[in-house]
Amino acid sequence: MAMKEGLIGRKVGMTQVFGDDGNMIPVTVVELGPCPVVGVRTTATHGYDALQLGFSPKKKNVTRPMAGVYKKAGIATPMKVLREIRLQKTEALQPYAVGQTLTAALFTPGELVDVVGVSKGKGFQGGVKRHGWSGGDQSHGSMFHRAPGSIGASSDPSRVWPGHHLPGRMGGDRRTVLNLPVVRVLPEQNLILLRGAVPGARGGVILVRKSVKQTKTQQQKAQGAK
Amino acid sequence: MEAIRLIDAAQLKKDRGGFAPGDTVKVSVKVVEGEKERLQAFEGVVIRKRGGGASASFTVRRISYGVGVERTFPLHSPRIDKIQVMKRAVVRRAKLYYLRQLAGKAARLKEKRFVHVPASGASGETPSS
Repeated sequence: MAMKEGLIGRKVGMTQVFGDDGNMIPVTVVELGPCPVVGVRTTATHGYDALQLGFSPKKKNVTRPMAGVYKKAGIATPMKVLREIRLQKTEALQPYAVGQTLTAALFTPGELVDVVGVSKGKGFQGGVKRHGWSGGDQSHGSMFHRAPGSIGASSDPSRVWPGHHLPGRMGGDRRTVLNLPVVRVLPEQNLILLRGAVPGARGGVILVRKSVKQTKTQQQKAQGAK
Repeated sequence: MEAIRLIDAAQLKKDRGGFAPGDTVKVSVKVVEGEKERLQAFEGVVIRKRGGGASASFTVRRISYGVGVERTFPLHSPRIDKIQVMKRAVVRRAKLYYLRQLAGKAARLKEKRFVHVPASGASGETPSS
């Protein structure tokens, strides 16, 4: 559960940039915000603490109920994406008010962030790809290549245990990548550059939030990665 | 995608053109030693240029104490101070990997004389030959 402030964005793609030390850094470019605060959820009123953020203006096919939500919040255009970001304490909500707009300037280079996205769909895949099974020999007389093999004991259970690893649909799951260092922030263009890869396809909607857990070593490394 | 193109373009350095495979270049590399930064030269024949945009790179080959040494630099690296063209040569292919099999007299390239060096090209001297 997200417990820190974050922003909604869209994955633009990957490229490389030169770091301060002259080394090439692989980065993911993310179009981040601007995200208007559409609502604030508090323990007192709603039973939990969260920020409700919007992202990406929607011009066509706005339903009347949705238009009403944004009108009430004092936001000019309705948004395509509306998401809640849970915060741990009610006090954490204080700097934020309905109608305010959050931008990529929320993040600073060197900081660590977590990214939540939906991974690319891979379709129906076998166990070797889906679960990392080793598979059998391709040659040396082997007749067992990538098949599932045994899926359990015989007459004792007389059934397959629930949740057994088998081939099936892979990808398209919500995935979180922890502790990616922020390489560069371009607030005028609403862009942020994160070191490394991010779940999902280009154009996919992702959530970038301040990192929730990190070791001391990771913090030091992030400072060096700028 | 447009954003990526702009980020890429912002990193390009304007003074990194004007040389081609076969040319002998002197690359001044910024080296950090302790606190101080100094320039170190690496002079040799360009045997390869590859890639485009900010990720383009080139490889320089030289014979150092009888041993062939090749160094690949990112073309737009901020660690490169300047690239000077010392000599130009006539070559008939883009990748001069065949030089690795040759040594001494056989590894010479035919020099291109009286070539016009574009003003926007490599900083520094034109071949004086």
